[in-house]
Amino acid sequence: MTQLALVIDLNVCVGCHACVTSCKQWNTSGAAGPMSDRNPYGADPTGTFFNRVQTFEVGEYPNTQTVHFPKSCLHCEEPPCVPVCPTGASYKRPEDGIVLVDYDKCIGCKYCSWACPYGVREIDEQQRVMKKCTLCVDRIYDASLPAAERKPACVLACPTSARLFGDVHDPDSEVSQAIRERAGYALMPEWGTQPANHYLPRRRTTIAIRPEELARADNPLKVDGKLPKPPLRDPALDDVTSW
Amino acid sequence: MQPAFSVLFLTTLIGAGQGLFLALFTAELGADIGWTPATPPAFLAIGAAVALVLTGLGLVSSFFHLGRPERAWRSAARWRTSWLSREVIVLPMFMAALACYGLAHASGWSAAHPVPTLVLGAITAALALALYLCTGMIYACLKFLQEWASPLTVINYTLLGLASGSTLATALAAQTAAPALTAFFGAGALLATAAAFVFRAASLVRNARLRPKSTLQTAIGVRHPRIVQISQGFMGGSFNTREFFHGRSRALLRSVKWVFLILAFPVPALLLATGVWLDRPALPALAFVLQYVGLLAERWFFFAQANHPQNLYYQAVA
Repeated sequence: MTQLALVIDLNVCVGCHACVTSCKQWNTSGAAGPMSDRNPYGADPTGTFFNRVQTFEVGEYPNTQTVHFPKSCLHCEEPPCVPVCPTGASYKRPEDGIVLVDYDKCIGCKYCSWACPYGVREIDEQQRVMKKCTLCVDRIYDASLPAAERKPACVLACPTSARLFGDVHDPDSEVSQAIRERAGYALMPEWGTQPANHYLPRRRTTIAIRPEELARADNPLKVDGKLPKPPLRDPALDDVTSW
Repeated sequence: MQPAFSVLFLTTLIGAGQGLFLALFTAELGADIGWTPATPPAFLAIGAAVALVLTGLGLVSSFFHLGRPERAWRSAARWRTSWLSREVIVLPMFMAALACYGLAHASGWSAAHPVPTLVLGAITAALALALYLCTGMIYACLKFLQEWASPLTVINYTLLGLASGSTLATALAAQTAAPALTAFFGAGALLATAAAFVFRAASLVRNARLRPKSTLQTAIGVRHPRIVQISQGFMGGSFNTREFFHGRSRALLRSVKWVFLILAFPVPALLLATGVWLDRPALPALAFVLQYVGLLAERWFFFAQANHPQNLYYQAVA
């Protein structure tokens, strides 16, 4: 069974919001649209977004890390928002695991948003129905697009390739390998929602240097112990002599 | 959570309507066995009509919660999984049974057919109890809203509805000059109010001791004791900042708690007791009005107190 999902690499996300704007652009003009805004140029603008990039500071100065954290629907394998929907407008597609809202059936009761611990469902004030990330379902199967472009808009827009897209149930897919080999994790595991989207943690690149590696030493293992050891300051003939 | 007045009115009004019917039916059953004074059919008919008006108003109020009220009929579809859907089915069923029950007593059909009337009443009572279960479970089934995810939620919805309904039954009996029934309903109302107080207090104690299961650490998956949000990703508001935050001060929350603790329990109990004791028909009516206001405050507090884990993601604008 297929479960499409995003894997987001927090190690390379720079918090540029390109995924937010490309998501809004694609989806407001596509099948999910319009994603209406209210008062967009006024004092108190508000609008519907499927994707947000948030920023967190971890640690205490001066040892801090800035974590940019893109957040969209996680397409849970056990989505708590689906069974609570009274109309069946909120559903999980069996064929690819995408959680979708049928905008023609939704009555806008907001109960599904109460049932989502991640806060990724937003009501569209103009259309008065619940909306959420569709994984660009109107794009990823579009045969008129070149195969390389059949990916969610946010994935294509990301300048650092922090967003990977694929089938997390296929062990050989790019996303499964990333989760497996780069310690991919799920959000709020305590609720048993089994999010399909995973996050790759921040990694700090460090080199282990031992003190003796800082001093120049020819023949450091002293394999030929009988040979006289030259003083440390003597010029060495690297790659030529073999002390 | 942001309390929605449509839901506050829905749950308090139908709760009182169900409670009123259950009080009437208990009195009718008691009269049949001979434990309580006779219940005149006209009184039962008036009571059923009042209960029907209350539930009808609740139903109307619920439509204001919907973005697309014209599609409300669709919400009966998923009764297998959704408590909201179940409530949507049981509420009209209860109203229909209640209307039949009222008509049976108003038309005199009940006097000629006592056993079918009792069966009809029993079905209506079962529906009333099922409706309490559905309403309570809508909130109790959301496991990560820890303040709600408890059997106490269902118990409180039931007991608070029974309390306000039986207070209303006392007021109705006092107005229609049935002193013996007034005393019976008054005693029931006092009992229900006392039980509701005990269980509501228990849920307050429970909620005060809750520890949130979700933290910022599990929310973003970074294992560090000190994480602060720098930006939520947008400067203006969003659905997430409006729907899940009540935006009121802790002091206001605390005062609403004391308002409902006083208005919903001791004040109506005192008025009921004096009203029945001194035979003042106005006092039980006043007790119902004050208790209803108290229950509105209680429901407001019930929503405002619930802390949704999604709020972890919306702690700082920028």
